[in-house]
Amino acid sequence: MTDTAVSGAAIKQHLIDPEICIRCNTCEATCPVGAVTHDDNNYVVDASKCNFCLDCISPCPTGSIDNWRVVRAAWSIEDQFGWNELPAQEEIEGADDAAADADEDDVGKLLASAHAGVGGKAVAPASAARPSINLFRRDRPAMATVQGNFRITADGAESDVRHVVLSFGATQFLVLEGQSVGVAPPGARADGRPHDIRLYSIASARDGEKRNGNNIGLTIKRVPGGLASNYMCDLRVGDTVAVTGPFGATFLMPDDTRANIVMICTGTGSAPFRAFTERRRRAMRNAAGKLVMFFGARTPEELPYFGPLQKVPASLLDKHLVYSRVSGAEKEYVQDRIRAEGAKMGELLADANTHIFICGLKGMEAGVEEALADVCRKHGMDWSRLKPDMRAGGRYHVETY
Amino acid sequence: MNGSAAYVEGAVDYTTKIPNNVNLAEDGRVLKALEQWHPGYIDWWMSMGPEGFQASEVYLRTAVSIDPKGWAKFGHVKMPEYRWGVLLAPQEEGRLVNFGAHKGEKAWQEVPGEYRAMLRRLLVIQGDTEPASVEQQRHLGKTAPSLYDMRNLFQVNVEEGRHLWAMVYLLQKYFGKDGREEAEGLLERRSGDVDKPRMLGAFNEATPDWLSFYMFTFFTDRDGKMQLESLAQSGFDPLSRTCRFMLTEEAHHMFVGETGVGRVIERTCEAMKAAGIEDPFDIARIRALGVIDLPTLQKKANLHFSLSLDLFGSEVSTNAANFFNSGLKGRFMETKIDDDHRLTSAVYPVLKFIDGEIRMVDEPALTALNMRLRDDYVKDCQGGVNRWNKLIEKAGVRFALSLPSVAFNRHIGEFAGVEASPDGKLLTAAQWAKMRDQWLPSSGDGEFIASLMTPCWERGEYARWVSPPKVGVDNKPGDFDYVRIHAG
Repeated sequence: MTDTAVSGAAIKQHLIDPEICIRCNTCEATCPVGAVTHDDNNYVVDASKCNFCLDCISPCPTGSIDNWRVVRAAWSIEDQFGWNELPAQEEIEGADDAAADADEDDVGKLLASAHAGVGGKAVAPASAARPSINLFRRDRPAMATVQGNFRITADGAESDVRHVVLSFGATQFLVLEGQSVGVAPPGARADGRPHDIRLYSIASARDGEKRNGNNIGLTIKRVPGGLASNYMCDLRVGDTVAVTGPFGATFLMPDDTRANIVMICTGTGSAPFRAFTERRRRAMRNAAGKLVMFFGARTPEELPYFGPLQKVPASLLDKHLVYSRVSGAEKEYVQDRIRAEGAKMGELLADANTHIFICGLKGMEAGVEEALADVCRKHGMDWSRLKPDMRAGGRYHVETY
Repeated sequence: MNGSAAYVEGAVDYTTKIPNNVNLAEDGRVLKALEQWHPGYIDWWMSMGPEGFQASEVYLRTAVSIDPKGWAKFGHVKMPEYRWGVLLAPQEEGRLVNFGAHKGEKAWQEVPGEYRAMLRRLLVIQGDTEPASVEQQRHLGKTAPSLYDMRNLFQVNVEEGRHLWAMVYLLQKYFGKDGREEAEGLLERRSGDVDKPRMLGAFNEATPDWLSFYMFTFFTDRDGKMQLESLAQSGFDPLSRTCRFMLTEEAHHMFVGETGVGRVIERTCEAMKAAGIEDPFDIARIRALGVIDLPTLQKKANLHFSLSLDLFGSEVSTNAANFFNSGLKGRFMETKIDDDHRLTSAVYPVLKFIDGEIRMVDEPALTALNMRLRDDYVKDCQGGVNRWNKLIEKAGVRFALSLPSVAFNRHIGEFAGVEASPDGKLLTAAQWAKMRDQWLPSSGDGEFIASLMTPCWERGEYARWVSPPKVGVDNKPGDFDYVRIHAG
């Protein structure tokens, strides 16, 4: 190893796995700063040139490009040319904390996958408060008591979505709007290992479901046959739940009255936006920035929080509730409404104070992005350029499952 | 449409039926031509595309924009609903013609009149290979060794479909009525059909099993990569931009082939070791383990390599010289080559059959361009073979795969009329007939491979003749439902 890196300080180095790479040259052709090069043996990344823009990650057909090591001194390109396999991670304190969203490995992966749609390194809004992360781990969770469990879709509706309120009692559980908590259903898998942790977005503001209540609200959809969702949806008042977290360091509410916040969601993806709206209502009532929501469901009966949303004044929240399965009406998806509101959206996208948040199922991402791209075209902007700008400035956020 | 709105160069438009970044909305003639071609394409896809899986939901990657981060969106999609679009790499400002007689001129945004016929021919030949491979592979889904492999097959198929779109766009945009007729023709020819075959030989061969598919994507799709890379150098800028975007997709096909064969090798070596078999030529015992012996893999490699070499055409070719001289088709990585890029006086060594022997002869570099591209191809193949050999070595098995001589089993070019062994020795017809089945897959080999082709569609499960991949697609876990199978 050479000593090109700053001595003493550990750095994160981008590497390519020579056992998986097929030498297709895609990364080298993609890299905007010429950091990728090759010899007859390997494709390698020059640590002195790589600026972590991540442009090379998604075009790589093999996944070999997505490798990282925390090192005290960067491996030179000559070192890397000679490799037949990647070196193991050295034991360096903090090396495992490389993922900033969470330091429990499985949760980190869940969040990384949920945020993948942002298309690069997710960045928190510049104005966001500093989050606490991972205060409670699996081996020492926070014990919460169920204070309420309410169905928030119509009684006859196929989809059973619930608002579950958990109180932490005397335990301080600090959260920000946009963060998630983890819950593992009790019991163990067939192989004896504990069940995987599921993440749920917090649907309440930082000061509690009830102001200063040290409690949180969660939005949970019952999935037929789903272990965790049925456990959560069946909770009764007084039951105890082991909670880990909080998690999430980038999908956070901008703490700025000038910020326009465009919230695009389906189903339980509305949870963080309920939190955002509540925070604005409580703490920034006369904010200059707009809150705009595009919320899609099959029918009004299946739209979580339909009733409470009717009571939110238009001066606080510009809501667009759209439905894809109302008989007699044309199908409408969130992307259709975004296009229909093109004039307003064009103005918002051109404004440097605007933040976009997308939350819901993975399937919605492409359609929403296409709609944003169309709005951009009509207003003399290029989404493929605007998006990386917004992302880098902490103004574009995706959390989809 | 949006006539009054500002138009941004390069941005992808989703308002038309066909996602595109070439401003189709304001190009009524071409939009209409493509929209008229579209139903025929869908008909072709439904009748000649993957058989039995048109209603299944496949975890596919779709390009939603041309910037590096936007073009690989993953999601479950029914193949007939895949967003085939027309996407070109961004236009480089001030790009020049980089080779041939026009070197140094500004790259052409329209087809130069004198080169129309030549360029149309290049596009049609390239375009014809795209639907051909989909046709060749249409029955493979039924015997997929895993959902992961099935997904990779379908990804390859939809991307070949998109490559057809790319060529059809160029034909319809720049060649008027002739182009529209050629575009129809691309949907009418059929792989392996005696009356209306596809244009190139290797694309009329059957792809009967998954080992053939892996070999095809490694060897034959790699010819596609070399051709696209040469066309990406073109002085005709729209062709260059089209091919640059296609190359990123083509890389996925290389990946499927290289890792596919690699996984077969790993599984075979693992099974041999577990059974205590040291001799890789102990074929009967190895096959009894339900895995494919390494000598048979060598035969398959011999076959697919030699068929793919034929795709490069004659070693010495005036057509190739004309394509280069006119600035339409360059060399592999043209701009990285350190020479005058005109080649008017340069020579290039060509392996030829002269006076009964195989000899290297200097030929004018211009007419030897097919040979040169083939040499680059062989080098690229050799890199992959070396990596396969590393897997064998790592497993502790004493065997090495190799590429046969370029004179072996050839039907086009210098060696079309001779018989040669894999190590390049000339043979009599009788010697060849005697040895053929040692070097190329015999009908018995084919039957054995076919006997292994039983579907394995449980999530996270793999057929016993192939190892699971090291990494999932889009970093997905091992038991991910890459394909949700629905009859249709």
